[in-house]
Amino acid sequence: MALQSLDSFCSWLAATSVSQVIQTVGWVIPAVQTVHILAVAAVVTSALMIDLRLLGIRGTEQPIAAIARRFLPFIWWPLPILLATGAILIIAEPARALENPVFILKMGLLLAAAGITLACQIPLQRNPAFWEISAGRKRVARLIAVASMPLWVAIICAGRWIAYVQGT
Amino acid sequence: MLDQFLQSLQDTSIATAIREGETLFPWIECVHVLALTVVIGSIAIVDLRLIGLTSRDRSVIQTTASVLPVTWTAFTFAVITGGLLFASNATTYAHNFYFQVKIALIAMAGVNMAAYHLFLNRGADSWHTPQLTPFRARLVGGLSLCLWIAIAAFGRWIGFTINTPT
Repeated sequence: MALQSLDSFCSWLAATSVSQVIQTVGWVIPAVQTVHILAVAAVVTSALMIDLRLLGIRGTEQPIAAIARRFLPFIWWPLPILLATGAILIIAEPARALENPVFILKMGLLLAAAGITLACQIPLQRNPAFWEISAGRKRVARLIAVASMPLWVAIICAGRWIAYVQGT
Repeated sequence: MLDQFLQSLQDTSIATAIREGETLFPWIECVHVLALTVVIGSIAIVDLRLIGLTSRDRSVIQTTASVLPVTWTAFTFAVITGGLLFASNATTYAHNFYFQVKIALIAMAGVNMAAYHLFLNRGADSWHTPQLTPFRARLVGGLSLCLWIAIAAFGRWIGFTINTPT
């Protein structure tokens, strides 16, 4: 029953005039996808720079807090852009995403990535040296980085696979 | 002549496997997207520092030294995966307007970067703050940023003008 109402929601949304306009004006979807991917570039590269610092691979001449201060805004600020452009793509083809298991997976992975970013960020706000105080803390920081990177990789893969997996 | 070469590229077993397989093309695309986001994102870090908008407490040299190895690693992956995607339908891509412009734009970004590293970055070790960063460096950064945004757009448009899922 829930699936049926999702079905009818998708058909209703696809029939709205907003959706019709996006579907008929050919350049809207590629343009919105371009903005989406540029915002993804900002988020993923920022996460990577922080993770590489947590692992001690890059930027080691600076404390973790300095790297985090530089790159964390570029993880959070593109998020509204990603949600807005993502919403436009959903409005254009509702069933393509909402009835697609890969899209649901992507949203789950996104929540996990946001959670792990906060797990790195919140302790730094209390104490900028938090992740550098002891060998144990440094190990946890490395674990956070090791968990974060595959999540972002999976989010990007899921995003691409939405185009290839049929809705249920 | 060129078409013959493209056809034989497209007929190689690996290109055929990518074209005819169910999952190879999308997986290579995943790596391509992943690589290009890191390429564009990391180049943007340098460009924004050259322009003077971010990393303002860092010198240009510090910024490029920590970021460019990441850029080049990702760029290698982007070229390899892009080459594989191209090979799978070489004759079609080669005649696609958006593909042609994209390659031209990448070449321009390359020239812009080479001009910077060969001639324009003299004295860069004293560019500690944006105020000390000369106009020519800001110009290189701004141009690079615009080129890479356009490269992303033209790349996305290829998919919409060639018969692949978008």
